[in-house]
Amino acid sequence: MADVGKTPVARNEKTNSEFGYVGIDAILEQMRRKAMKQGFEFNIMVVGQSGLGKSTLMNTLFKSKVSRRSLMTTEEDRIPKTIEIKSISHDIEEKGVRMKLTVIDTPGFGDQINNENCWQPIMKFINAQYEQYLQEEINIERKKRIPDSRVHCCIYFIPPTGHCLRPIDIEFMRHLSKVVNIVPVIAKADTLTLEERDFFKQKIRADLRANEIDVYPQKEFDEDAEDRIVNEKIREMIPFAVVGSDQEYQVNGKRLLGRKTRWGTVEVENTAHCEFAYLRDLLIRTHMQNIKDITSSIHYEMYRVRRLNENNTQPNGQTAIHANSVPEHEVLSHEM
Amino acid sequence: MIVLGVVTIKLCVFWLDGEGARAVPLSGHVGFDSMPDQLVNKSVNHGFCFNILCVGETGLGKSTLMDTLFNTKFEGESTQHNQPGVQLKSNTYELQESNVRLKLNVVNTVGFGDQINKEDSYKSIVEFIDAQFEAYLQEELKIKRTLHSYHDTRIHACLYFIAPTGHSLKSLDLVTMKKLDSKVNIIPIIAKSDAISKSELAKFKIKITSELVSNGVQIYQFPTDDETVAEINSTMNGHLPFAVVGSTEEVKIGNKMVRARQYPWGTVQVENENHCDFVKLREMLIRVNMEDLREQTHTRHYELYRRCKLEEMGFKDTDPDSKPFSLQETYEAKRNEFMGELQKKEEEMRQMFVQRVKEKEGELKEAEKELHEKFDRLKKLHQDEKKKLEDKKKALDDELNSFKQKKTAAELLQAQTQQAGSSSTLKKDKERKK
Repeated sequence: MADVGKTPVARNEKTNSEFGYVGIDAILEQMRRKAMKQGFEFNIMVVGQSGLGKSTLMNTLFKSKVSRRSLMTTEEDRIPKTIEIKSISHDIEEKGVRMKLTVIDTPGFGDQINNENCWQPIMKFINAQYEQYLQEEINIERKKRIPDSRVHCCIYFIPPTGHCLRPIDIEFMRHLSKVVNIVPVIAKADTLTLEERDFFKQKIRADLRANEIDVYPQKEFDEDAEDRIVNEKIREMIPFAVVGSDQEYQVNGKRLLGRKTRWGTVEVENTAHCEFAYLRDLLIRTHMQNIKDITSSIHYEMYRVRRLNENNTQPNGQTAIHANSVPEHEVLSHEM
Repeated sequence: MIVLGVVTIKLCVFWLDGEGARAVPLSGHVGFDSMPDQLVNKSVNHGFCFNILCVGETGLGKSTLMDTLFNTKFEGESTQHNQPGVQLKSNTYELQESNVRLKLNVVNTVGFGDQINKEDSYKSIVEFIDAQFEAYLQEELKIKRTLHSYHDTRIHACLYFIAPTGHSLKSLDLVTMKKLDSKVNIIPIIAKSDAISKSELAKFKIKITSELVSNGVQIYQFPTDDETVAEINSTMNGHLPFAVVGSTEEVKIGNKMVRARQYPWGTVQVENENHCDFVKLREMLIRVNMEDLREQTHTRHYELYRRCKLEEMGFKDTDPDSKPFSLQETYEAKRNEFMGELQKKEEEMRQMFVQRVKEKEGELKEAEKELHEKFDRLKKLHQDEKKKLEDKKKALDDELNSFKQKKTAAELLQAQTQQAGSSSTLKKDKERKK
């Protein structure tokens, strides 16, 4: 109570050194307590051909068996004939912070002979999650905390060809970057040398720019100068060249996650070997909240605007939106 | 659009802990324990806002208490006692402490309790609170909305100032608090409590609490579900209503300057827990439960308002068969209803118009007929008169003619007579001559 040196600044400045402490900053602690009690939710989707190491990467990212493959005991390990969307939830806890992690797998993507419109089922699923949230939000009696099943982040696996993006990659990312945060990664990057990797990355970035594909972190959502500096650094590294592993090997006296080959051991968390650590830091340690915010305040809002405009369109195509963008039922309330 | 892939959406869930997810142990440090920090950082960048409503009669020290609580001198002069109705005046202040920026909004009830007839005093307060909820609801219902940068003006805490009579609550207090308890978090406090002695204060508090309970007034209870603060909150719950003293003047006690009120018989120190409950109030209101107050406002009071308002507007969640309405159906039903009403009104208006026109037409026709008849009558009259006149004229003419004839006859006769006379005079003359 007799804290010295914390002076509030109001319109009429009056500094009292002895009883200057009001305690407003205690709200940070209150918020932290509330967040710990409520827990967090995170929904991550992995998209890519089979055999690119998606499941292994998920397991490596979250240091536990979270992928679908790890849970399959009786299911045959086959490539499905059509794209399926499988979603598995896990409760993980670290230092008192609880998180409900949902991993959404898309087996069958890119595996058919004819992959036309392969992005459609995935787009449909993502929109279905937005729809579910919207329905709950517009209920009259709604839950205190609306369960969030919206896809926050979609990791797209690019096969390490070393040349450029394939048409299926461009098609998918072009359509989906408009509705979800896409994080492209170069899978199985231990097959590329460093020069090949750099060349590949440059080509990919050029391809993305040429096709106007905005991947996370999107340029237009940078909030201020600080944000922009941090995000520019990330944008220079995209796509991350990752290697995943859930096996530990002995390297220099330490047990590390890695892939052991005859010519050496690739250490997953060594930034000189691959960029897994950067991906993990981006997704989990620094930008997770930002990813969720962009999903809820930009992608979801865009979906909502589209959806509500659909409702107001009359059968002959006229839109009944008023000048101040208030939906029609608002007008009803004032006139009835 | 030809969809070539068939979508199978399978949800594999393991129902181990009721939430539909299985608990998985981690084999290393992942790093999402930084999530609370990420969340807090975002909020710090954004800034916080807190809105307090002070309800109480004029002169109970509301402004002084706000000054004391937030350690500043808020602008404003003291109000007069002759207000015709209760008005609400709100002032916003930007406070900052370390890296926390707080937008504090203090709303004062001006003129509360000053009128002779206080039946409607609570109404303007309820209207004000509802207006803030309404503004938020409007924003939430917009198509293009900006909820995350919306300046929240909903009242998070209502400090109700009870006059230190020492006996019981006034009926105005009970009525107002009853009207407000479902709309806002009420924290009752005894103002200017240095007017009451310690023993009287204990009895007063018990009386107030029992009156509130017996009248069913729900005041804000400090939350006791989080273990870190459960103990302190439950103790404080027992000290409600807080007996406070406010002061911005400093007095030297010992070798320190403290905020106090100085009387000839002693000094009441604001921050001394033996003297008054000011410290408890500050602790509960700001340092422990500010976030909970904001959350309760949003999840309980605002949701209740929203539910009532939407139901009033005619929206329902389920139709009589308990099948959930889709948004589209509701909107369309609403629009159809509205259009139907519009059409009905239009029809009515049109019919009324046609009716009126008919009536007017009839009237005009009637008038026309009358006019015609009148005209005919007049014409006939005129003709009759004309005839009569002509007859008269003829008669007069005849008379004139006959008179003329008589005149001429008479003249002729006269002329003859004269002649005869002259000839007779002549004859007479001749005779004489003879």
